[in-house]
This record gives sequence, structure tokens and C-alpha cells, in this order.
Amino acid sequence: MSELLQFTFSGLTVGAVYALVALGFTIIYNASGVVNFAQGEFVMLGGMITVFAHAAGAPLPAAAALAVVATAAIGILLNKLAIERARGASVVTLIIITIGASIFLRGAAQLGFDKQLHRFPSFSGDDPIAIAGATILPQSLWMLFGAAVVFAALYLFFTRSLTGKAVLATANNKLAAQLVGIDTDFVMALSFGLSAAIGALAGVLATPITLTSYDAGTALALKGFAAAMLGGMGNPFGALVGGLLVGLIEATTAGYLSSDYKDAAAFVVILAVLFAMPQGLFGKSAQERV
Amino acid sequence: MRPLFAKPISAKQATLLVLLLLIAVAPAFFPSNFYYRVGTLIFINGLAVTGLVVLIGYAGQISLGHAGFAGLGAYACALGPVHLGLPPALSLVLGAVLSGLLAWLVGRPILRLKGHYLAIATLGFGVLVSMVLANEAWLTGGPDGMAVADLGLRGLLKSAGIKVGNAELWYWLAGLILLAGAWLALNLKDSPSGRALRSLHDSEVAARTVGVDVARYKLSAFVISAVYASVSGSLLALTNRFVTPDIANFLHSIELVTMTVLGGAGTVIGAATGALLLTALPQVLTALQEYEHIVFGLIMMLVMIFLPDGLLPSLHRLLRRRVS
Repeated sequence: MSELLQFTFSGLTVGAVYALVALGFTIIYNASGVVNFAQGEFVMLGGMITVFAHAAGAPLPAAAALAVVATAAIGILLNKLAIERARGASVVTLIIITIGASIFLRGAAQLGFDKQLHRFPSFSGDDPIAIAGATILPQSLWMLFGAAVVFAALYLFFTRSLTGKAVLATANNKLAAQLVGIDTDFVMALSFGLSAAIGALAGVLATPITLTSYDAGTALALKGFAAAMLGGMGNPFGALVGGLLVGLIEATTAGYLSSDYKDAAAFVVILAVLFAMPQGLFGKSAQERV
Repeated sequence: MRPLFAKPISAKQATLLVLLLLIAVAPAFFPSNFYYRVGTLIFINGLAVTGLVVLIGYAGQISLGHAGFAGLGAYACALGPVHLGLPPALSLVLGAVLSGLLAWLVGRPILRLKGHYLAIATLGFGVLVSMVLANEAWLTGGPDGMAVADLGLRGLLKSAGIKVGNAELWYWLAGLILLAGAWLALNLKDSPSGRALRSLHDSEVAARTVGVDVARYKLSAFVISAVYASVSGSLLALTNRFVTPDIANFLHSIELVTMTVLGGAGTVIGAATGALLLTALPQVLTALQEYEHIVFGLIMMLVMIFLPDGLLPSLHRLLRRRVS
């Protein structure tokens, strides 16, 4: 029993990161219809910028804040310089543009930083906390707490603020949103900035446990994309559930079956879910218009 | 007597002619054997990409997992001679048949999905194949890879009195196979089946309305492209005489799709251009050392932003506008 609890803890910890990455995918997808494969690089940048700012003498909170702001700026630039200019291009074209962006950012990180594995100290020490025969790291609690705060804040943002509702309106129907006077270019920029910031925050929270390096983004993007699709693309709640599920599936597979196949298990489940529910768990079904 | 070139040659003949000329003339400019090797890699990638033209360009479906089929083809050539006693050439055929069969099995449920859902499902399939190849070390040698038997063609030619260098031989062999693959894909394009396939690209609903069996045509495009990818994987394993699970991984899938779209997914010649560029470019960019990835990513983005239909179709349109 305590074994299962242990796997649940570690599953929820990685699941929280996947959920944040999936949330980043969701926000950009809703605003622009683009699946941003550079989402994993935002997480990497969040971790790496914090590491180097901290090493340069900045206190950890300041380094983390700098990382989030800088990454958000990179996200906005990505939108301005690449996505906005390719408006109206096909799905495959847009996927390749963001893959190009992810290769570019990886190369830039390798050049600007280095090729080593890095970490910085946990926020509240590394002494595991014992709960019912299992243990959990204080940093894991920080990760779960951080993810919970982000999801709650976004929920309030989308339901209570006028700007949040403008984002939802743009996601729903861009042309109609423009007609009622919503600045959809601003919404696009906001979405990229927001999702880059969320990715960077995930990187800041996870790096003390998972470590980071210039090429850490690809695997995270794959898992986050999978989590978003599992939940149903475009649904923030689906991103949360999908992320936590992928984390839990991985942790229990690694614990009970084989750690070699922990990455496979998530994809097996996703294929099974998509066969039964082609729109993911919480996705809306769409009809092709002629 | 009918004068030569009285009527303009068809796009199919033009494509084959251009490919043939390029393959035949290029070696005249090769300063060293190394260029034969790069040429071979271009043709092998070109073959997989030609298969993707059928899937992406004609049928309008996407796959982020075709490296999985390349992996199957490659490991068929590695394992066939060792475990089944098959000659490498027959192993290649066996790999192609297995890939086609697997694509047929997986394709039925997967191809009901659309857009990004199809992308993640094919991606998951590719990840699973590469993981099995990496983890089942008792069979595949695991991440370290395994040696691949010699094709034996060079020995055969030698006994017939023809002496040819290994790099050159592979250049001509891969070139010939690419030509054959391009010829098949081009024939498909203008056949009734090809027209049905291309009708899917524009609108599935419209295609269904005029009586196209949408599911069947999608599935056949998927199977055809899987066979192309498998043969390309087999050739890569045979020419390298070595194979690792990397051949099946996600990045290789992405590479193949990028080649297809970058050059222009709608036509064989466009996609072949993509294969040429993206295979040759890294060889050139290694000179830039640590700037390699930055420049590579930048080129990918710039081409797709400014020439969203791909290199060749966009250039073609540009030229036509100049002329008229």
C-alpha cells in the first residue's frame, strides 16, 4: 500500500510538470490553432536562465522571476517574428515552423549557456517528508502547489476578467471576436507570452528534482503534447487531467512493470483512448465544413 | 516524321528526366568518394520522402511516426540474415511486407483521427517501435545497435568481371531505386486511384459525396508510404552495415516530414529537393560547428514562413509571375 502511495507521489510530481506543459500547448492552440512544439524549450529556458542568473549572483527568487519574464518575452517574439507572419499556412507548415523554432532555441541555449546538466538548490531543503509509509520531497510539494496556483489563477482570469474573456472569444471564433472590437493580435501575443511564462515556471519548479540541460525540452514537449491530446486539445481542464494521468501511468508502470517501458505506457494508453474517443477525454467533436 | 519536342512533355516525364539527369551527371563534379556517400544518403532519404508525398501531398494526411517503419525495414535487414538465414535482399522484401502489414493493421483505427490527433497517434506509434528496438536488447542489441550483413552485390559484380568501388556502387543502386520509386508514385498520381486520393486532400466530405471510399484510400496511402519508408530504412542499414534504434526515433520522423514539406509536399520533385537540401545542409553546416543548430532551425523557419507551400512550388509561382 505504501508502495502505491509512493508511486502516486512521484507520478503526481512529474504529472504536475506535464500538466503545465499541456496547459501551455492548450493556451496557444486555442488562440491560434497552432501546436507549438517549442513549448518544451520554454521549460528548458526557465530552468537554464534561473541556473545561470543564480550562478551569476542573483538571489534565487530574483533569478526565477527573471527567467519567467525573459522566457515570456521570447514567446512573444516567437509569435511576432514567426507565427504572425505565417498566418493562414497549413497545419503541417505551422508544426514545422515551431519545430524549427525549437531547434533554434536549443542551439541558442547550447551556445549561450553550455552542454552540462544543471540544477539549483530546492526551495525548502532536500529532507524527505514521511507520509503514511511513503516519502515526498518538499520540492514536489512546491511543484504541486505551483501547478494548482497556475490553474486556479488561469481559471479566474478566463472567467472573471474582460481580457480573459477576450481570449476565450478569440479561441471560439476569431472573425466574430474582431467584429466586436477585440484586438486579436494582442490576444495572440498575450497567449504566447502567457504560455511561455507558464512553461518557464514549470522549469523553475522542476529543475531542483529533474535537473535541466539545453536538450531537456524535446521529451517534455512530447509528453506535454500527449497529455494535452489525452485530455482533449483546447480544454484547460483536459490538460490538467491529461498531465496528471500521464505522470501517474508512467510512475506506476516504472514501479510495477518495467522502467524501460515507462515512456511507452503513456503512449499505449493514449492510443487506446483515441481509438475509443477520437477527440480525447474532454474534447469537443468537430464537423468538417464543406 | 514528328519533330522532337513538338508537344511539351508531361510533368511526369519531366520529373523523371530531371531526376535521371541529376543522378547521372552529378558524379562528374564529385571531387572525392565522400560525395558518393552523401549522394547515396540523399537518394535513400528521397525514397522515404517520395512515400510521404503519397501520404501527405496526395492524400493530405500527416504522420509523425514513419521512422518506425524505417526502423522495421532496417532491423529486418539486420536480423533476417542472422536468425532466418535469409539473404539481405530478401530480408529487405520481408521488412517491406511486414511494414505494409503493420501499417494496414495500425492504420485502420489511427486514420479515423484527424489533424493533430492523427499526428499524436502516429507519433505514439513511432515512439513505441523505437522503444521496443532500444529495449529488447536480446534481439536487437539494444541502444548499441548491431552489425548488418553485406548485400553481396559487389561480390556478384566482381565475379561477373565488373569492378566498382563500394561508395560508387551504392550511389548508383540507391539512385536507381529512387528513380523506380518516383516512377511508381508519379504513375499513381494520374491514375483513377491517385485522383481519388487527391480528392481527399481537398475535402473528405466532398470526396465521400462523389463516392470515394475515404477509409480505404487513406489506408492504402498509409500502407504505400510505410513500404517506401521501410525500403529506405533497409537501404540505410545495408549501406551503413550497421543499425541503431535511432533510425526509428521521433527526430528521424520529423526529419522526413520536414524534407517532404520544405521542398513542396505536392510533387515528387519538390519533395526530392527537400531531401537533397536537408541531407546536404547538415554536411555543410558542420563547418559552422556550434552554430549548426541555430542556422538549421533558422533556415527551417524562414523557408516555411516565406514559402509556406514549400520551396519548389513557391519558386515556380514566382517565376511564372515574372514571365507573364
